[in-house]
Amino acid sequence: MKNPIAVRVDDLTVAYNYKPVLWDIDLEIPEGVLMAIVGPNGAGKSTLIKSILGIIKPIAGSITIFDKPYKKQRKHVAYVPQKGSVDWDFPTTAQDVVLMGTYGDLGWIKRPGAKEKKQALEALEKVGMLSFKNRQISQLSGGQQQRIFLARALVQNASIYFMDEPFQGVDASTEIAIINILKELRKSGKTVVVVHHDLQTVPEYFDWVTFLNVKKIATGPVKDIFNDDNLTKTYGINYKVAINK
Amino acid sequence: MSFSEYFSLLFSDYTLRTISLGTALLGAICGMLGSFAVLRKQSLLGDAISHAALPGIALAFLITGAKDSNVLLLGALVSGLIGTFWIRSMVSKTHLKSDTALGLVLSLFFGFGMLLLTFIQKQPNANQAGLDKYLFGQAATLIEKDVQILLLVTTASLFILLLFWKEFKILLFDVEYANTLGFNTKLLDILITFLIVLAIVLGLQTVGVVLMSAMLLAPAAAARQWTNKLSVMVGLAAVFGAFSGVVGTAISASQNNLSTGPVIVLIAGCIVFISFIFSHKRGLLLREYKFLQNRRELHHNKTLLFMYDIAKDHTNIGHPHAIKILNNFHGFTVKTLKQLETKGFILVSGQDWSLTEKGYHHATSMFKKNEIENVNTTN
Repeated sequence: MKNPIAVRVDDLTVAYNYKPVLWDIDLEIPEGVLMAIVGPNGAGKSTLIKSILGIIKPIAGSITIFDKPYKKQRKHVAYVPQKGSVDWDFPTTAQDVVLMGTYGDLGWIKRPGAKEKKQALEALEKVGMLSFKNRQISQLSGGQQQRIFLARALVQNASIYFMDEPFQGVDASTEIAIINILKELRKSGKTVVVVHHDLQTVPEYFDWVTFLNVKKIATGPVKDIFNDDNLTKTYGINYKVAINK
Repeated sequence: MSFSEYFSLLFSDYTLRTISLGTALLGAICGMLGSFAVLRKQSLLGDAISHAALPGIALAFLITGAKDSNVLLLGALVSGLIGTFWIRSMVSKTHLKSDTALGLVLSLFFGFGMLLLTFIQKQPNANQAGLDKYLFGQAATLIEKDVQILLLVTTASLFILLLFWKEFKILLFDVEYANTLGFNTKLLDILITFLIVLAIVLGLQTVGVVLMSAMLLAPAAAARQWTNKLSVMVGLAAVFGAFSGVVGTAISASQNNLSTGPVIVLIAGCIVFISFIFSHKRGLLLREYKFLQNRRELHHNKTLLFMYDIAKDHTNIGHPHAIKILNNFHGFTVKTLKQLETKGFILVSGQDWSLTEKGYHHATSMFKKNEIENVNTTN
């Protein structure tokens, strides 16, 4: 039987100024897949994620998460923004940042308590950062900061995870640690959507892929559609990539 | 009046007590809210808002004809908010960067305010004098009613900050993420900006339009140097602000003709200066010291490892070697030799040096540690 649809995007169009960043996107993300979104710079990959998460207001189109609008499904969705989107010199600790993942469940005014702190510590352990819990976040390496962001999303205990370039600027050991966690998430039935840049690793890391360049070029299982034809259509040049089947 | 006289008067003299309490409260609220402005990278917003408040004061006077400070500050509040709103819409609706928008609003509003002030001064009205106190502030005009308002606003701000602490923290650190969690970040943004505008407007009477932004930024910038925790930073900034207020008032009261606002700002500036240099967390002095210490440590270790290389092939590690051999090693100086000797790692006798037992062990452990680190980084 076919998996139910976790995220459905219909006729989505987004523009910041005059030029559309996303044009008429139709996309279905089945539940339980580990999907890469690939495309050149300025293809609208981050914009697509941000539109799904309601951060950006689209010009047209509708988006549903498990057949309901995002506002009603917030608690099922977790987000890992780009590492560079925040100021890491902010006066706070690693554990404190991870705790922010519990704020959504807590809602307004209520403060995190013992239960939330325990969850944060567990998430820190999962990403191998427990010994850094009291470290000021500016004193963490790029890879460690990325792990902290991942831990913050894990604390949300969601069904769908959106991640914006989690592999950017991290070393090899962090990359392996992150992809193992992503695969674990998929194994436990979660849906994971990742904006990804390294085409070489797509077949190894992901089972679904979406090609995006303002318009949607293709979406589907990696083994069916990750080919030179789609890569050429997306990147505009004759793209050859070694695909290890 | 001397300094000690000031402090004895503080408890007996009603006026002085009122003024000191007022400047302390003002310093506290500015420090508290200034932390948020600094961390949001909106340091210059305060400057723009305070300048934007000036035409509001002048217009309020022109319309009501009264010099009641509450009415004037209400005018300041309105025009300060209009200025803020303008800056925001300019940044979001045009391609102008925020520093351009800030500069434009600041100078346009201030220019208009000055125009109105000169216009008022030319009028044949005996009531006109004294409006220019809002330019540089005049703490001496603080009366009990002003202090009551300051107390009310400070308490209310503190209450709001504590109530929405978690929300403000996530707003400062990661707005978009806060959005996805379902927090109304626009509302939070408006709330914190409103509080900042309110604090600025309340400070105009004491510190004045021109220097107000220093009240907002200096305590916060100083506090940031001493801590890596948001709550401590906000608390410390409030203390620094209050301290500047009280000490500034004391100095200006003990020295005749010293205007209070500038003195308060200078005190705050001194705290910033001291914090930048002497902070145990981020201070320049500490950084320099750590840098030098690190260099020296590396130097010693390098020299010791070089000696270890020479000595390790001998069955007797304490075998003496000529100091001359070390000339081949570029990092070597007479000073390092002496320092290694005081550490007990080597013995120097005449023209010879020899490795001690302690030095040998230190070098071996260092050697092993290096090896392990090399393995770790290659894996």
